[in-house]
Amino acid sequence: MESKEEIKKDKEPIISIRGLYKSFDELDILEDVNIDIYRGENLVVMGLSGAGKSVLIKIIIGLIPPDKGTIKVLGRDITKLKGKELDAVRLHIGFSFQGSALYDSMSVRENLEFPLRMNRKKLTKQEIDAEVAEVLEAVGLKDKIDVMPADLSGGQRKRIGIARTLILKPEIMLYDEPTAGLDPITSDEINQLINSVQQKYNTSSIIITHDLTCAKTTGNKIGMLLDGTFKKVGTFDEVFNPKGDKEVEEEIKHFYNYNFIE
Amino acid sequence: MTRRSPRKYFINRAIDNYFMGVYKAWSFIKRFLSEAVKPPYHFREIVHQCYEIGIKSLPLITLTGFVTGMVFTKNSRPSLVEFGAASWLPSLMTIAIVRALGSLVTALICAGKVGSSIGAELGSMRVTEQIDAMEVSAINPFKYLVVTRVIASTITIPILSLYCSFLALMGSFLSVHSNEAASVKSFFLNGFSTITFLDVFASLTKSIVFGFTIGIIGCYKGFNASQGTLGVGRAANQAVVISMFMIFIEEVIIVQIANWIRYY
Repeated sequence: MESKEEIKKDKEPIISIRGLYKSFDELDILEDVNIDIYRGENLVVMGLSGAGKSVLIKIIIGLIPPDKGTIKVLGRDITKLKGKELDAVRLHIGFSFQGSALYDSMSVRENLEFPLRMNRKKLTKQEIDAEVAEVLEAVGLKDKIDVMPADLSGGQRKRIGIARTLILKPEIMLYDEPTAGLDPITSDEINQLINSVQQKYNTSSIIITHDLTCAKTTGNKIGMLLDGTFKKVGTFDEVFNPKGDKEVEEEIKHFYNYNFIE
Repeated sequence: MTRRSPRKYFINRAIDNYFMGVYKAWSFIKRFLSEAVKPPYHFREIVHQCYEIGIKSLPLITLTGFVTGMVFTKNSRPSLVEFGAASWLPSLMTIAIVRALGSLVTALICAGKVGSSIGAELGSMRVTEQIDAMEVSAINPFKYLVVTRVIASTITIPILSLYCSFLALMGSFLSVHSNEAASVKSFFLNGFSTITFLDVFASLTKSIVFGFTIGIIGCYKGFNASQGTLGVGRAANQAVVISMFMIFIEEVIIVQIANWIRYY
């Protein structure tokens, strides 16, 4: 992984969001969100519950349509894509759900094989087996191949969820609260896994989290989503030591009970 | 995050929501019709769903069909005997079973068993984000989950209806045989002498319509479930209630159409 300060920015951002608005019924959730994510970057999005963090990544992958704005992923405006064109872009994006979203009726092997069988129909049985073994190796759960999701622990479910996204070799990873509900040791393992995935598969990531350790360990860049927009974007130290910006400092202090560095 | 002024409705919230619901259901059916004819076709999943719907419903259909035929015959016999018309029993029972009971009983059982199962399964997949997980993996969840289940129920329920009718006739025969010592041949010759092609055709058409109704309503409710586990229970419950309601309405309409054709 490139060091946090040494991200070499390509000319074109891998994800570019401009003027994004989204509301649900009477609530404006996202208001004028603008951000760029470059190749190799890990953006950690933090903010209050209900601030629209998960909505943001679901808009990026086209699960929720925005009210206004453009979201360019790999140079293509996701808001204008439908059907096969949208699916073609989605194949470059991995999405790790908060609850893992493993298919209950399928074993770990079938969960991993399913996206491959549906998207790469020409692969032989041996090739599929090799791909499954590779991603299970990457998440360190090779021995769980024939286990049903119900028999996995929370941390193992998260790992298999990540493995299922990796099997399509994405360029971008979106993690929705990867450490939520996990103990500190398992959380740390997931944080290390996120970093090793970036290293091994050379992905760019957006990580939604409330966990400061996760943010510090995995993020090159932290985006503080407050009142529907990114109030502060920068490195961990820049965001959590916003000299001169009293408003942001107060909000961060209030939300995260964070002791600012003098 | 800011709160805007309350949303304005055309009439009021309840009526607007009702018409939105009708529009959404119609759009869902239209989407099914358009997706069902477009490749790729998930034949393996259709066969799997036929097994889930058909084979797994067999024990219940077997018992219900047989008992329905037997009990219906036992209850009808005394009235016919009173008028000295016990010999009409085979034809009366065959008409009742072929025209109405076979398809209706099967549809009601499947509405309960299959409709609730589809509603709960898809509902739970929706609230645990498994449907979203398919979508982000570039898999069309509508095609894989909805189209396959609706096609499977449309194929399987008519077959189950035929099976149920056959068992009901066997139950009826055993009941007649125990009292009148009628042979199998005489029972069926007598019974089927009153049955026309229109009766069989109308019954089969009904079963196909019932199968489609059960599949599409179960899928619609499950696919659009929300509000967590409460939503899953609600989806399963509504799938059964609405399917049964629609089955009775369709029964009346198809019987009426068959009668028009029969008498004019």
